[in-house]
Amino acid sequence: MLAIKLAYRNLIGAGLRTWLNVIVLSFSFLIIIWNRGIINGWDRQARNDTKNQEIGGGQYWHENYDPYDPFTLTDAHGIIHETLKSNDNFAPILITQATIYPGGRVQSILLKGIEPDQKILTFPTESLKSDIEEIPVMLGSRMAENNKLKIGDFVTVRWRDANGTFDAADAKVVHIFKTDVPTIDNGQMWVPLQRLQKMMQMDGEATLVVANQKITSAPDLPHWLFKDQDFLLKDFAELIKMKNVGGYIMWLFLLLLAWIAIFDTQVLSIFRRQKEIGTDIALGMTRGQVIRLFTVEGAMHGILAAILAAIYGGPLLYLQAVKGMSMPEGTDDMGIAIAETIYPYYSIGLIVVTALVVLITTTIVSFLPTRRISKMNPTDAIRGKIQ
Amino acid sequence: MMENNQLITIQNMAKDYPVGRGYFRALNDVNLTFKRGEFTGIVGPSGSGKTTLLNIIGSLDVPSEGKTTVLGQSIGELSHKKAAKLRNEHLGFIFQTYNLLPVYSVYENVEFPLLLLGKNAEERKKAVMDALEWVGLTDKLKSRPAQLSGGECQRVAVARAMVKKPKIVLADEPTANLDAENSHNILQTMEKMNSELKTTFIFATHDDKVKKYLHRKISLEDGRVVKDELVEGMGNG
Repeated sequence: MLAIKLAYRNLIGAGLRTWLNVIVLSFSFLIIIWNRGIINGWDRQARNDTKNQEIGGGQYWHENYDPYDPFTLTDAHGIIHETLKSNDNFAPILITQATIYPGGRVQSILLKGIEPDQKILTFPTESLKSDIEEIPVMLGSRMAENNKLKIGDFVTVRWRDANGTFDAADAKVVHIFKTDVPTIDNGQMWVPLQRLQKMMQMDGEATLVVANQKITSAPDLPHWLFKDQDFLLKDFAELIKMKNVGGYIMWLFLLLLAWIAIFDTQVLSIFRRQKEIGTDIALGMTRGQVIRLFTVEGAMHGILAAILAAIYGGPLLYLQAVKGMSMPEGTDDMGIAIAETIYPYYSIGLIVVTALVVLITTTIVSFLPTRRISKMNPTDAIRGKIQ
Repeated sequence: MMENNQLITIQNMAKDYPVGRGYFRALNDVNLTFKRGEFTGIVGPSGSGKTTLLNIIGSLDVPSEGKTTVLGQSIGELSHKKAAKLRNEHLGFIFQTYNLLPVYSVYENVEFPLLLLGKNAEERKKAVMDALEWVGLTDKLKSRPAQLSGGECQRVAVARAMVKKPKIVLADEPTANLDAENSHNILQTMEKMNSELKTTFIFATHDDKVKKYLHRKISLEDGRVVKDELVEGMGNG
């Protein structure tokens, strides 16, 4: 208690010297939290968007389906199991390779058939409800931009049906949707499921079936393998892990800056305040008490920095959490889910852990130079003689 | 514990400092006793060992030979903690360069020893105000040492030494940085405290202004006591 009281007095009494340190430390504090908040926000948003728009509560894959090998698509289809026919809980998707000819060019794509009335994924499949003669197709904005397609445009689609026969027809772009999940956008066109089944002569068949996020169990079904969210988000989790490593390096770097500031202040204090240390000892402080006093002083820099960071940083971080941070152009072509605007997410855990790590480490860093005090000769210290 | 009001006894004490491969003997064969209420000066030229003697009595240093007992405690045998407790409870220090804590106000500087003693806020306030009244600085409570004159700083140092009403006050060249008027003011204040509170004052000094106030004068030369005399007409009735 005494150490806290005296340390507080010393810090407040030291004025500008204290505040300069505290300001530097509070910057570090804030940037550490902000940096982690951005990655957390991106992770959260991307996971949510991917779950809502692509993977749902998990997917049943046809046993031959391998998303990394398009040649498996020829065999990766089968009659949808009875269990998976509930429109409220499942959304079947049939996938096939096709070729389109936009503006005289040739472009290989994936044709994906989905039920326009499905309720599992949150992208606008209802736009596919159409009575037109041509194939109504819906595509993402990246795909539309890459192929210079607009709503109302026609494009020739060629595909190979279940019997290996090539066929072709005109498709009409009925809707272009904007999504943060590039894996439902790049190189693919969405068509009504039944239309695709008919085109492919695969009535009642699908390549995969997306489950509702609310389902609590996924029974084993013959020829259909259930892939849970963790499995389906594995690639993304790996990427976030990699980004986290980068984030931790930044985090460590900022902490290092904070430590150096504290360490430097402490070393300087012990040199400059030798006379004061000697006087403290002469007035009856034990060396242990002096060491505690200096350590608490260092640690208090951390506490004051946390308070200061909360005062000016709290509103700043809140503002950014609400307004979000616009991502630079081009990041949505990276093949992973990145929203145009990332809303940083600062969890209580992040703030508490960061505060504890900064406080504990600054206390340790404060303590290290103070061990020198125990080697001081008090009679020399009183005279301010450099030791 | 202490016969005849003897607070300090020093027997055959010597102090050596390492110099190169050898030793320099700063004090040699010192034998002294100090009683309660003394107003004593240790005088002598620079390097005669005055400050060393004061530091050993103040348990800031330990003797190399002999025995020094302060308030019944052998200085050479005290642990760091016990030495700190002795200083905290019974000893007051006044330094030539005041040694005030620069970031504290006058009030906080004087309050500091009481915080170490664990006194409560009310006791501290009363004691600090009494001490500052004694030295005539109640109007400077909030000033920092940098805002005070040398004389005022030393008065704060005196108040800090006296605030806990110690049995012994050790003053190392307390007037060396002060002009004549301030020196006399400080000495008069200390003399008043000595007579009213029976606090033992031991000065290390070579200042003639101080010598006039001393009741007992111990002369040191090259680390040896060459003269130990009571000053006539100075309370030695």
